[in-house]
Amino acid sequence: MTVLDHRHHTSVPGWRPGATAPRTDPAPLLPDASPVRVLGTPALEKYDPALLRELYRRLVVGRRYNQQATVLTKQGRLAVYPASTGQEACQVAAAMVLGAGDWLFPSYRDTLAVVSRGVDPLEALTLLRGNAHTGYDPRATRTAPLCTPLATQAPHAVGLAHAARLSAEPVVALAMLGDGGTSEGDFHEALNFAAVLQAPVVFLVQNNGYAISVPLTQQSAAPSLAHKAVGYGMPGRLVDGNDAPAVHAVLGEAVERARSGGGPTLVEALTYRLEAHTNADDATRYREDEEVAAWREHDPVLLMERHLREAGLLDDLLVRQASEEAEALAARMRAEFHSDAELDPMSLFAHVYAEPTPQLREQAAQLAAELAAELAAEAEVQH
Amino acid sequence: MSTATPVRTSTMAQALNAALRDAMREDRSVHVLGEDVGALGGVFRITDGLTAEFGRDRCLDTPLAEAGILGTAIGMAMYGLRPVVEMQFDAFAYPAMEQLVSHVAKMRNRTAGKLPLPITIRIPYGGGIGGVEHHSDSSEAYYAQTPGLHVVTPATVGDAYGLLRASIASDDPVVFLEPKRLYWGKDGLDPAAPVEPIGRAVLRRTGSSAVLITYGPSLPVCLEAAEAAKAEGWDLAVLDLRTLVPFDDETVCQVVRSLGRAVVVHEASGFGGTGAEIAARVTERCFHHLAAPVLRVTGFDIPYPPPMLEHHHLPGVDRILDAVARLQWEDRG
Ligand SMILES: Cc1ncc(C[n+]2csc(CCOP(=O)(O)OP(=O)(O)O)c2C)c(N)n1
Repeated sequence: MTVLDHRHHTSVPGWRPGATAPRTDPAPLLPDASPVRVLGTPALEKYDPALLRELYRRLVVGRRYNQQATVLTKQGRLAVYPASTGQEACQVAAAMVLGAGDWLFPSYRDTLAVVSRGVDPLEALTLLRGNAHTGYDPRATRTAPLCTPLATQAPHAVGLAHAARLSAEPVVALAMLGDGGTSEGDFHEALNFAAVLQAPVVFLVQNNGYAISVPLTQQSAAPSLAHKAVGYGMPGRLVDGNDAPAVHAVLGEAVERARSGGGPTLVEALTYRLEAHTNADDATRYREDEEVAAWREHDPVLLMERHLREAGLLDDLLVRQASEEAEALAARMRAEFHSDAELDPMSLFAHVYAEPTPQLREQAAQLAAELAAELAAEAEVQH
Repeated sequence: MSTATPVRTSTMAQALNAALRDAMREDRSVHVLGEDVGALGGVFRITDGLTAEFGRDRCLDTPLAEAGILGTAIGMAMYGLRPVVEMQFDAFAYPAMEQLVSHVAKMRNRTAGKLPLPITIRIPYGGGIGGVEHHSDSSEAYYAQTPGLHVVTPATVGDAYGLLRASIASDDPVVFLEPKRLYWGKDGLDPAAPVEPIGRAVLRRTGSSAVLITYGPSLPVCLEAAEAAKAEGWDLAVLDLRTLVPFDDETVCQVVRSLGRAVVVHEASGFGGTGAEIAARVTERCFHHLAAPVLRVTGFDIPYPPPMLEHHHLPGVDRILDAVARLQWEDRG
């Protein structure tokens, strides 16, 4: 067996030393083996108390949002809800590190990030309720539609960031993915494009342990998902995804790096999905209760509460205010979803093209006639 | 296709599961792979228990990458295995389109027959289950338009079993479209019962006025429409195509010639859809026997709508009856 000496490469015709070398030394690209933590460490003291209190407030409200949405699925008021319960620290921090001009590219599990960004909590749910594909205005909110086909939003984030940079606007795009999504070709193509273009984009992988039933060990053989960045020539970062200030710090750094022309970053946040994949999934088929119980001890809301109290940063007033805000939001969700949405069947034909085709006009007329006939028949019955 | 499984009431999902199990028992080269096909048994439980019985190598949870899954299956088939691939939902098969169109469909042809690919690609398809975006597409026309692929779609429990067994046994690649809204419909299943092979259409209901030509998820709707049509004095036949490729011109034309009136029904969009192909074929072959143009009742030419509006999009009984009324061409003067 021959072992290839890397010096042999210099004899490859046309190869020049340095021609394919990464733009940055590989060493700083590699993720630190131990995920960044802030809660329970002396680093906490360096954080602005106002920021910590804001993170806490958003976590509490976010948890309640997840709980209420899950209840709405049980009542048949939402078609489906992929809860981010247990992942609130990632959701909240992802929204908070972005400025008003930046763009968020969420996946289907990231409703809470969308809401935390300021999108109306009910509008963010229309896809999952089943009455429209996207309930908010992506341009007005600088938030792409919740994306269902996995990893397909990642290249969009790259393209948008690239375009923004071409027009010299200080815009950053943040794309959110799951651990499973990192196996898709689109993810790898997005990373490669981002690095080649040095696009101001941040990829946040919420590694919650499972892609539906498939554990990470069967998803990837890499030492970490953050390692995947290195081969493309961008830094990879590992963070405790249940430590809200830590996620905020790591993402914030990546966003600033992107904004200042430093190029893309891949951040892997280690977290856990406390609920099933969606309300339609049976998680007992593929994971043990003990595992879930252990992660409940590492719950992002609990962690935050415990450590802020210890640091003397959490007072009863804030706890009460956050909880009242959470209850008010839940009550608003219940009230809104209690009644059926008013839907116009004719909206089926809106926005398929800028101008409807003649065929669509014809089909719209057909549906209108059907609806009119239905109404007439109902009126007949009532007389 | 003899098997030990006794006759019993079964859902379509269970019949598909039994077909996979029986095929794997009988032929060691049959391997199942896809997302969540292992411990979970697939999101629709079609692969339930296969990993427990046959081990992880023969029922493999793959990383989440459809192009990777199908591309890997190609290599496995090149080495002599019979891979059965599960695509989780219709619209999630699209990342594998390159592998499907450029390689799966063409390998036999490109290699002058040296590398046939006996791959079965199972894809749950169609709407009516209240799924959000990307969970209700009917993509059969894309597949049927691609030479080299068989396109099979069962509508009954017996066919689910028989056609899946036949697809796995086929030496050609088969896109096996499972109408997901029929997964939970029950019927008797006798795995030993003879099943019409791939490529044969079956008359599910005889009639004397006109024929509804359909397949997959629209079959029960057509049968219901035929029942409702009796009140209007129409006696409708219902023909279940079962296979789009190869297409059973013979049976279809036989029925159309004898009745002279036909409506094609499917839930995919109409424009450039399989209904257009069927109407054209029938017109070319049966022109002089037709008392009216072949009509189509299909979904609108729109992206699949959100669940709360899908019933306005999907062809239902009334729309079919309206078309049947329009078939009384000569009566209109
Ligand atoms: C292209 C594609 N293939 C398959 C699916 C079906 N699917 C939806 S979610 C999911 C698991 C995703 O896991 P992960 O990326 O880890 O995200 P998580 O759900 O854990 O947040 C799968 C397989 C999909 N949405 N898109």
